[in-house]
Amino acid sequence: MRKLFDFHGGIHPAEHKHLSLDGPVTEAGIPPELVLPLAQHIGAAAEPVVAVGDRVLKGQLLAEANGFVSVPLHAPSSGTVTAIEERLIAHPSGHTATCIVLATDGRDEWTTLEPTADYRALEPDALRQRIRNAGIAGMGGAGFPTAVKLSPRPGSQVQTLIINGTECEPYITADDVLMREQAAELMAGVQILRHLLQPAQTLIGVEDNKPEAIAALRAALPAAPGAEIVVFPTKYPSGGEKQLIEILTGKQVPSGGLPLDVGVICQNVGSVAAIHDAVIHGRPLISRITTVTGEAVQHPGNFRVLLGTPMSYLLARTGYRMEKNRRLIMGGPMMGFAVPDASVPIVKTTNCLLAPTEAELPTPPPAQACIRCGLCAQACPASLLPQQLFWFARGKEYDKLEQHNLFDCIECGACSWVCPSNIPLVQYYRASKAEVLQLRRDNERAEHARLRFEARQERLAREEAEKLAKRAARKQAAEMRARATVQGSEPVEDPIQAAIDRAKAKKAAQQAGADNPAGELEKLEKAVVTTRARLDTATSKLEQARAEGSDLVEALQAGVEKTRTKLAAAEAALQNFQQANTSVPAAAAAVDPAEAAIQKALQSRQAEAQLSPEDKTRDQLGKLEQRLEKSRARLADSRDSGEDPKIIDALEATVTRLEEKRAALLAELPAPEDA
Amino acid sequence: MELISQSPLLAALLALVGLGAVFGALLGYAAIRFKTEGNPIADQINDILPQTQCGQCGYPGCRPYAEAIANGEAINKCPPGGEAGIQALADLLDVEVIPLDEEHGEEKARAVAYIREDECIGCTKCLQACPVDAILGAAKQMHTVIASECTGCDLCVEPCPVDCIDMLVEQENLRTWHWPLPDANRLRPEIIATDAEPPRDRAA
Repeated sequence: MRKLFDFHGGIHPAEHKHLSLDGPVTEAGIPPELVLPLAQHIGAAAEPVVAVGDRVLKGQLLAEANGFVSVPLHAPSSGTVTAIEERLIAHPSGHTATCIVLATDGRDEWTTLEPTADYRALEPDALRQRIRNAGIAGMGGAGFPTAVKLSPRPGSQVQTLIINGTECEPYITADDVLMREQAAELMAGVQILRHLLQPAQTLIGVEDNKPEAIAALRAALPAAPGAEIVVFPTKYPSGGEKQLIEILTGKQVPSGGLPLDVGVICQNVGSVAAIHDAVIHGRPLISRITTVTGEAVQHPGNFRVLLGTPMSYLLARTGYRMEKNRRLIMGGPMMGFAVPDASVPIVKTTNCLLAPTEAELPTPPPAQACIRCGLCAQACPASLLPQQLFWFARGKEYDKLEQHNLFDCIECGACSWVCPSNIPLVQYYRASKAEVLQLRRDNERAEHARLRFEARQERLAREEAEKLAKRAARKQAAEMRARATVQGSEPVEDPIQAAIDRAKAKKAAQQAGADNPAGELEKLEKAVVTTRARLDTATSKLEQARAEGSDLVEALQAGVEKTRTKLAAAEAALQNFQQANTSVPAAAAAVDPAEAAIQKALQSRQAEAQLSPEDKTRDQLGKLEQRLEKSRARLADSRDSGEDPKIIDALEATVTRLEEKRAALLAELPAPEDA
Repeated sequence: MELISQSPLLAALLALVGLGAVFGALLGYAAIRFKTEGNPIADQINDILPQTQCGQCGYPGCRPYAEAIANGEAINKCPPGGEAGIQALADLLDVEVIPLDEEHGEEKARAVAYIREDECIGCTKCLQACPVDAILGAAKQMHTVIASECTGCDLCVEPCPVDCIDMLVEQENLRTWHWPLPDANRLRPEIIATDAEPPRDRAA
């Protein structure tokens, strides 16, 4: 007889296992529609490899593993993929998740399977790959990818392989019936695992409340030489991985550690049976045994259910009385959760559907104050201090929670169960754990943001420094050149100076060219044309910007205005020049003598004291001439002093107007030269 | 020597002065040898601040505000840090917890900037505003926000000339959901570990 150990705490709730143990496992049948969530396991969701409308065969791959900690998904029956969409799933949040929806055709046609004649010939890695490809995830309820669990870190030696047939939670009997009916397959699976892991010892742990299962295992044991069946007293939660390890080996998994740290790997019996199917028959994980129980179902029992079967379909086969059931629970009464709706599908981790009546699992009375009785500390299988954790959780003192090893809590609910004040202790811990994880993530993000912010600041500073350095270098070079020219026995050929010289020469040439009326005219015309073209483009840009509602509108508007003014100036200059070159020089040639003549004539007329309308015109013309002279002088002044272009424009306009008037007056005059 | 031995007062004085000189030199050396770079309090404060770099506190980033707090600035000017942040700062600095200063904004759910890409004109103004370089783009090219790098600081929203940036509050989903803390004042708490209120009244 092997020496058994005990773990701290634990409770003995009413078992209610007999409810569902009346008959054998029944086939649940093929529902018309299967809803398969892509994430039925812990880790990354699987990636679909089928499209809507595809016909798939039973066992065909529907979605492949996405990363190391992930498992693929297979079609539980033949049919057509009708949708890949968000569906409500069995999750306490009531959120939806991406699911592959399969309309079954009832023919249940298998795809081609690849059985293994002799798994002993396979390399351990190939064997693991087979297990992984079969989509097996921990069937006990956690859903951790089995292949990952079976991949110990290089160098770590597996001392003990533990097969977990404990099933310590009340009501659930799925593993119990599996051990009774599939003991041979289970033993074959154990052999595969032994071959894979080469453990020094193999222990199959079963609680003593399952005598039929123990008998069946004993009968099948010769098939697995080297394995040992260990029966131990019933206590909740001895099926917890760490608790079972302590019972069987006396070793405690260190805080925050894995079973492998003490040389142990645990596998649930359901997973082992699935491994057998996968390796020997090549069958992927497409169904599981689920207990349907509770007093709100008339015919409780165990069913072999295809994954993705809606819970309501399964419940309909058991005489489910909805009116008697206040909440439908997936899992057991201790660690399960209420599902949002009975239409949600059965997944790889659904070991039990519990439909209790209100009398059976009553709503607890309101929580009262903690009386410091300490029952929770006595019940805690992880040897924690639930009272302290409770206070810290209420006060949101997360660092203290961590110091008190909150993360060693296995959320078994024993503390809540024993609490005489009905305080929902485990709910506090669970929420606090999530909160702490959230805070850790937030801190990581903050740290990341800080690094990026600092990197950016550094970059900006560097760019600024580079700019300054460049400017300083230019300044220095200029100074050097200046010094060189001053000292200049051999003046260095300076491109800038040369450019300035060239520009000056050009300007001089232009000024010289200004004497040449044809050249000047051409220049002015060119200026008008280019400015107009510029105005056109600017206007069209403005229109575009307006249409887009860009913020550039204002800037563009200003640009258009400026260009318009320039155009006006250029046009005025051109006009001016043209007049100056056509009328003005001619007039200028004629005016001076004319003026003299006019003056003379005026004088003579005045002398004659004879004032004709013609004389009045002449008089006007004289005044006009004076104003024109003044305006021209003013314009020249403004241009020289570089006044506002608007003023220059106005002056130019005035000059033009005056010139026009004078021209008109001159036309009125009957050729004074003749006089 | 004789003078010292004859006047105990002088001897005592000399001994004390000597001790003072020795320890003073020791302290002076230690002050130089073990000089701490920067302001360690400001570093600790900076670790608490949420690093959104949003400038809602009136300082150009979290680090400057941390330094200001170290020099006596009020601890309630950081809306993204919220009440929890003020609590942590109060614990660190051993000062009273004061409510968040409404002037600097209110505590909001975490959001991520999203550029409506059809409307972006590629003006690069948001790029320059982003304190953590979380926006990708070039002049006259469409810009986009790297969601995982965005701190939700809102700084890019205002400079956008075409107003094409939305701050999307992160929706709760299966990955972000977690169990809520039980309501201590609730009249009907959950049964043992089988929580979540029934979605509807089944008895009805």
